[in-house]
Amino acid sequence: MGVKVSLGVSLGAVLAIVAVALVGGGVASLQPVFGIIVPYAAFVIFLVGFVYRVVDWGRSPVPYRIPTTCGQQKSLPWIKHDKIENPSSTLGVIGRMILEVFAFRSLFRHTKAEMASGNIVYGASKWIWLGALVFHYSFLVIAVRHLRLFLEPVPFLINGLDLVDGMFQIGAPTLYLTDLLLIGALSYLLARRLIVPKMRYISLANDYFPLFLILGIGISGVLMRFFIRVDIVSVKELTMGLATLHPVMPEGIGAIFFVHVALVSTLFAYFPFSKLMHAGGVFLSPGRNLSNTSRAKMHVNPWEYPVKIHPYEEYENEFREKMKNAGIPVERE
Amino acid sequence: MAKNPKYYESLNIDYKPPRGSWMDRPIDIKSGIYCYPARPQVLKSVGMNDRSDWGKYWVIEDEDWELPDDWKERFLAKMRDMLDKYRTFKIYMDICVRCGACADKCHYFLGSGDPMNMPVMRAELLRSIYRGEFTKTGKMLGRLVGARKLTKKALRQLWYYMFQCSECRRCSTFCPYGIDTAEITIMGREIMNELGMNIAWIQESVSKCIHTGNHLGLQPQAYKECVEAMLMDIEDNVGIIIEPTFNRKGAEILFVTPSGDVFADPGIFTLAGYLMLFEHLGLDYTWSTYASEGGDFGYFTANEMAKRMNGKIYAEAKRLGVKWILGGECGHMWRVLNQYMTTWHGPIDFLEEPVSPITGTKFENAKAHKMVHIMEFTADLIKNNKLKLDPSRNDHLKVTYHDSCNPARGMGLFEEPRYVIKSVCNHFYEMPENTIREQTYCCGSGSGLNASENMELRLRGGFPRQNALRYVRDKYGVNMLACICAIDRAALPPAAQYWNPDVGVTGVTELVANALIMEGEGPRTHNIRGFEIATWEPEP
Repeated sequence: MGVKVSLGVSLGAVLAIVAVALVGGGVASLQPVFGIIVPYAAFVIFLVGFVYRVVDWGRSPVPYRIPTTCGQQKSLPWIKHDKIENPSSTLGVIGRMILEVFAFRSLFRHTKAEMASGNIVYGASKWIWLGALVFHYSFLVIAVRHLRLFLEPVPFLINGLDLVDGMFQIGAPTLYLTDLLLIGALSYLLARRLIVPKMRYISLANDYFPLFLILGIGISGVLMRFFIRVDIVSVKELTMGLATLHPVMPEGIGAIFFVHVALVSTLFAYFPFSKLMHAGGVFLSPGRNLSNTSRAKMHVNPWEYPVKIHPYEEYENEFREKMKNAGIPVERE
Repeated sequence: MAKNPKYYESLNIDYKPPRGSWMDRPIDIKSGIYCYPARPQVLKSVGMNDRSDWGKYWVIEDEDWELPDDWKERFLAKMRDMLDKYRTFKIYMDICVRCGACADKCHYFLGSGDPMNMPVMRAELLRSIYRGEFTKTGKMLGRLVGARKLTKKALRQLWYYMFQCSECRRCSTFCPYGIDTAEITIMGREIMNELGMNIAWIQESVSKCIHTGNHLGLQPQAYKECVEAMLMDIEDNVGIIIEPTFNRKGAEILFVTPSGDVFADPGIFTLAGYLMLFEHLGLDYTWSTYASEGGDFGYFTANEMAKRMNGKIYAEAKRLGVKWILGGECGHMWRVLNQYMTTWHGPIDFLEEPVSPITGTKFENAKAHKMVHIMEFTADLIKNNKLKLDPSRNDHLKVTYHDSCNPARGMGLFEEPRYVIKSVCNHFYEMPENTIREQTYCCGSGSGLNASENMELRLRGGFPRQNALRYVRDKYGVNMLACICAIDRAALPPAAQYWNPDVGVTGVTELVANALIMEGEGPRTHNIRGFEIATWEPEP
C-alpha cells in the first residue's frame, strides 16, 4: 500500500468509529450497546486474546540459548563482567529486562548514520527513545488515573497521582501534563513516520492505525474535559456499574463520551491481533531474556534429536593408506 | 564478476528510499550481489534436499524460477514446523512495531543504500508471507496489513535478500525487543533449503567438511602438510624446530581451529602463532585431520546440518581420549560453540572441566561445554606471567582491533583479546565507539557470503568497517587490523586493499607469537611473515 492509502484507510477507520459512536451514542436506546455491551465485549476479547497469544508463543519452545550479548562475558575472574548487558544469572537477566522494559535500554543506543563526504557519520539521536518513553509513560499514568472511575473509594495513590499530574494547573478544570505529553509524543511519532523517508517506506497501515486511534482517544478525552463537558457523576455511575458487574445506563451522558469509549474499546479489541502485542512479547523475547551461560550449564532443547555424524571409521577407511603414508596414526592398520 | 565500484565517493549511496510501496517494486536481481546456486549433485551427496527431481538448471536472473509443483506446500509446511519449534521465530514474526531503530544499522544497507537491506525490511519479506499465510487478519485484510501470499516473486525476493545478510546481529543490539534478524535469516535460509535453494559456496563447503573434515577439502595428508608448511618459516625466522602431532591419542588437549588458517595468507601466520605458543608452553595437545574444521558451514543451511558438522569435534575428542578442547580464533565457530554446541550434544561427560595445565586456572565458564577460547587461554597465561614477551618487536605496527561480530554479540568476548593485544603491542588504538564492541560491524562477508562472484556485495558490506578503519588510519597512522576470525582474515584483506590499501590484517595470536620470547630461539631478526623486525638489535 502506498502511504496515502495506508494513511487514508487508518484515519478513515478511526473517523468511522467516531461517527458511528457519535450517532449511536446520541440515540438513547442504543446507549447500552455503546456504554455496556461494546466495552465488555472489547475487554473480554482483549483478555482472552492477550492470554491466547502469550500462551501460543509459550507453546513454541526455546531450543537454544541465543541472547544477543551486549557486554563483556563472564569468563576469567579478573576480567570485569558486564552483569546486565551479558547476564550470567537470573538476577542479571531481571536487571537487563527491567532496563529494557522500563527504560527502553536498547532504543537508547540509537544513533543515526549518515553519509557526509564519503564517510559514515554517527549522530546521537535520542528523539525516538524520548518520544517512545514519553508516550508510554504518559499513557500509563493516564490509564492509572482512570482507575478512579472504577474504584470507590478512590485509593490515596491514585488521588496523589492526579495531583502530581495536574501540578501545572492552568485554569479549571485541571490540565493534566500527561494529556499534553501523550498528544505531543503521538504527534511526533506520527510525524516521524510521515516525514522521514525511511520511516515512510517501512510504515504500514498497521502502524498508522494505532497512532490515529490513540490520538483519537486522547483528543476525545481532552475535548470531554474542557470543551464538551459530560456529566461526570453519571459517568462514574456507569463505570462503577461496569466494574462491579452490575451495569447500569444512566441518562444524560453526552455523545462525546461514547466516542471516547468506542475508541478505547477498539484499542482493547484490536490489541491482541496487532503489533501492540509487543507489550507481551518483549518479556518473552529470547534475544534479551536469557542468560549467556550455555557453556557453563547445559541448556536443554525439548525437541533435540540425534543426527548422522560422518563417522571417523568411514573417514579412516577412505583415507587409510594416505594417512599411513603421511605418518598419521590410524585405528586399524 | 561484476564491475566493482571504483571509489567510495563514487558509491553514490543514497539512504533515501524510493517512493511507493516496496511490494509494488520489481525485484532487480543484480550480478555481483548474489551468489551462485548450489549444485544438485553436491546437495545430494550430503543427503540434503536437492533440485534434481525437477531437473532444470536454476538460473538466478530468470524471472520465472522453475519450481516443483508442490513448492508452496513444502515451503509453508517447513515454515509452520519452524514456527512451532522456535519461540524466537514466532515472536519475531509478531511483535515488530517498525520503529526503524534497526534501519541504518546494517552494513549492507549502509554500503548499498538498498532499502530492502534495512533489517526491518529483510524481516518484513518473510513477515509479510507469515501474515498472509498464517494469520487470520492477514488472510482477511491482505496488503492493507502488510500481508501477501507466497508467490514466486516473493520467493525470489526472499532468496535474494536472505543471502545479503551475514547474521552479524548488529541490528538486534539496537532493537527494543531484541528481535534478531540473524535468527530470521537462519529460519528463512532453512525454509528455502527445503527446496534445495542454497548457494554453491556454502554447500560446497558443507560437502567438503563432511567428507574430508574441512571446508577446503584437504585430505588428511594434505592438511598435515599445510600445517607443517609453516614449520619451515618458523625455523627460518625464529630458529625453533617444532614437531606438532596429528590425531594423537592420549593428548591432554585437542586443538580445533578454522581450516582457513592452514591455507591462506594471513591466516597461516595465525596458525604459526598457535604452533609457536603451544611449543613454548610444552602443551600436550594434538591437531586432528578428522575434526579439522572449527567453522560450521552447516549453520548457514539448516540446524540439522550444523549439528552434523559440529558433532565431529566432540566425536574426535572422545575417540582420542583428550581431557578438553581448545578452540582457535574464529567467528561464527564460536557463536555456534557458545550458543548451540552443548545443547546439541550434551551432557559432555566424556571430557573433563577445562583446566589450564600451565596456570592451573579452571575455566569455570566452560565447565559444561569443555571448550576454551584461545583468547581466554592466552589472556590467562599473560595475566599469570607465563609468557615472556617483548612487545617492542611489534613496534612497527599501529594496531586496531576489529571485534569479530559473532564472538562479540554471540558471546561477549571483548576484554580478553584487548588485554592480549595490549600486552604484546605498544601501539594500540580503538576505532570509533559506534563501530566496536557490541556495535561492531561485520567484515562484510560473513555467514557463507565470502564467495567471489558477489564481490560487489562484499565490498559494499565491508564499507562501514573500512570507513572506521580509515578514520584511525588517518588519525593515528594505524597500519594493522587485528581480528579473531578466519572469515575476517579472508575477507578483510581484499576489503582493506580496496578501501585502505596500506593496512594489513592479522590474527591476534600472530601478534602474540611475534612478541613471544621463546626458549632457545635464534636471533629474532624477522617476524613470522619474514619481514625484518625494525627494533631488533644484536646483543653487544
